[in-house]
Amino acid sequence: MIRYAYIIPLLPLLAFFVNIAVGRRLPRKGDWVSIAAIGAGLAMSIAIFFEVFRIHDPNFKYHIVYPWLDIGGRFVVKAGILVDNLTAVMLVVVTGVSTLVHIFSVGYMHGDPRYSRFFAYLSVFSFSMLGLVLAESFFFIYIFWELVGVASYLLIGFWFEKKSAADACKKAFIVNRIGDFGFLIGFLILYSATGVLGYDEVFQGISEGKVAGTLLTLAGIGIFCGAIGKSAQFPLHVWLPDAMEGPTPVSALIHAATMVAAGVYLVGRVYPIFTPDAFLVIAYIGLLTLFISATIALASRDIKKVLAYSTCSQLGFMIMGLGVGGFTAGLLHLTTHAAFKACLFLGSGSVIHAVHSQDIFEMGGLWKKMKITAATFIIATLAIAGVPGFSGFYSKDMILAAALEFGMRHPQHMIIFVVTLFTAGMTAFYMFRLVILTFFGKPRDHHKYDHAHESPPNMSVPLVILAVLSFAFWFKAPLAEKGWFEVLVPKPASAVSASFAVPANAGLSAEAPAGAKGEHDLHLAHKAHTIAMYSSVGVAGLGILLAFGIYMLGWVDPDKVAAKFPRLHDFLVNKWYFDELYEATAVNGTKALSRALAWFDLHVVDGLVNLCAQVAVWVSFLAGKFDNAVVDGAVNGVATVTIESGSFFRRFQTGKLYHYVYILAGGVLIIYLVKAF
Amino acid sequence: MGLDKLLVISAALFCCGLYAILTRRNAVAVLMGVELILNAANINFVAFSHYVSRVIGGQIFAVFVIVLAAAEAAVALAIFLRMYATTGTVEIDAADQLKG
Repeated sequence: MIRYAYIIPLLPLLAFFVNIAVGRRLPRKGDWVSIAAIGAGLAMSIAIFFEVFRIHDPNFKYHIVYPWLDIGGRFVVKAGILVDNLTAVMLVVVTGVSTLVHIFSVGYMHGDPRYSRFFAYLSVFSFSMLGLVLAESFFFIYIFWELVGVASYLLIGFWFEKKSAADACKKAFIVNRIGDFGFLIGFLILYSATGVLGYDEVFQGISEGKVAGTLLTLAGIGIFCGAIGKSAQFPLHVWLPDAMEGPTPVSALIHAATMVAAGVYLVGRVYPIFTPDAFLVIAYIGLLTLFISATIALASRDIKKVLAYSTCSQLGFMIMGLGVGGFTAGLLHLTTHAAFKACLFLGSGSVIHAVHSQDIFEMGGLWKKMKITAATFIIATLAIAGVPGFSGFYSKDMILAAALEFGMRHPQHMIIFVVTLFTAGMTAFYMFRLVILTFFGKPRDHHKYDHAHESPPNMSVPLVILAVLSFAFWFKAPLAEKGWFEVLVPKPASAVSASFAVPANAGLSAEAPAGAKGEHDLHLAHKAHTIAMYSSVGVAGLGILLAFGIYMLGWVDPDKVAAKFPRLHDFLVNKWYFDELYEATAVNGTKALSRALAWFDLHVVDGLVNLCAQVAVWVSFLAGKFDNAVVDGAVNGVATVTIESGSFFRRFQTGKLYHYVYILAGGVLIIYLVKAF
Repeated sequence: MGLDKLLVISAALFCCGLYAILTRRNAVAVLMGVELILNAANINFVAFSHYVSRVIGGQIFAVFVIVLAAAEAAVALAIFLRMYATTGTVEIDAADQLKG
């Protein structure tokens, strides 16, 4: 089955073409084409996953390439696919969430005028994402990376009649392009140094020392820029919350499980190229993101915005985890997060569908009306909050352990662990704030409450499936030492060999590969894990308790707290003024530059052009005069002489016969007279 | 009767024909003028043949001219008939379609 993995992305591509061409004329407007394609992809992905799972080899790798583009043998691009354990897991995650979102959309998008178009876009998105997962070279991952960007643009702006949606899709696309530019530079640095594009070949080239030191760090940070854009990391995170303007299933698909996961996946995929300096950048970017987003989520009133910022924050956890060396932890969190965040987004879609509002302060008490939605939403919230027994606890705990281990090794970076732990508590707090305000307490808007109803089965079944997948036992048997993910996706050896590393930071890269870990390291890891586990349970419990205390039991009135710190509250409600900052700097800067260039264009360039034109007009004027006077004069002169002489001579040609005869007779008479005398 | 008298008659006849051609606007009258001129020429042929050359060639030429005049009259009258049918007149000034 693994040999046929390339078919998985091609199925949705086919569905895309079918739906874009004839979707409107198909029965049920063609939704079944897309669903069948992605469903078949899911079936194949599961089959591949179990095949890989049965082999159970951490180093398993299926790799097939063939030359695709050959320019004189000097520039050869190879196409192919790479299936290893990480790819197999990602295939299941992407196709799984995608399938459920497809099914959910049947109910959510019911009656939309561009229904078949929506499914076509979902299909092209799935195609791009699956291609990205299966890509085996920097070149192809970049192509699919951009395709994902285009597909997300189409999906976010699906309701483009709304100005906010049209703006959001443009914003998402442009902000992503900024990151993608870094990605392009990054992999071109690697290409120019090594001359190859395949992952393994590049890693090989790096370990041979073809590129090292600052340049390699720059290449790593460049590639990470792509991840910053796609995975909505600080400072390019601003597009993600706005992208909630798209239909809710799109939010679930793009912003929970697939597109934003692409950045994390990229960092994981090219993990061996990062130098210790690059890792530090990654870790701190992730740390900033997870903290900033979590604080914004605290003050947001919009159910989808809270989820959007929590996504940002969780992505920060993953990136930070990868940055501090928790390769498995970061990617495991990616996997578990995909399930429970998709569940949360689809649950929010179900709620919005029921009450036609996104403001959580207009909800409340919905538990009684929508039991399935509420139950699944709460399970997913428990998972994201990190309650033991749920998948989020397992993965977040590993990230915290990695951060603590890093902090223990390098005490100057202990702040990473502290802030992360604090944010884990905040996560529990704001997620339970959301749950309590939405589903518990008294209804705050009776009109909306009375109209609320449980969603149809094609919306609730995906919720149940995703909620079930949010339990930890799928990833790790209870009481087991290690989950299968930890075994199958081990941290790859760094291609940056110590001898080429920057000497000043050699200490950071001294983490030996897993197999060669010393007694001391094992002990340290174990200790870090234990502390991280207890502290994460502690902060999660504290956060949940606080949320219940404030929003359920009314210990403290949140409005009064907000009133007490008006500046802090405004700061959070306005999302740290990032949009305003970018408006003032990047957007207005660009506009000012454009105006300056427009001035230059209008006055200098156009002036030159106009001058040339003026000279040409003058020359033409003179040439015209010459033409009119001399050339035309000669021509007209000839004509005039001809006409004048013609009209003179025509007087003799009267056409009257007797005139001729007169002349004839006269002529004869004259000849006679001349002869006679 | 001598040659001189015949030549005077011929010249008078020629002048009558010429006068008819110059003054008449009716095509038939002009044709008649042409016939007079032809016959003046015939008198000259016959007279010179009889008094000067003493061979029969002049008389034969006169016979040719008479035949030619008959043919000419037939063609010309046919043209006049067509002209009359087309324009309703045989005035020669009316036949000016070819004039630029």
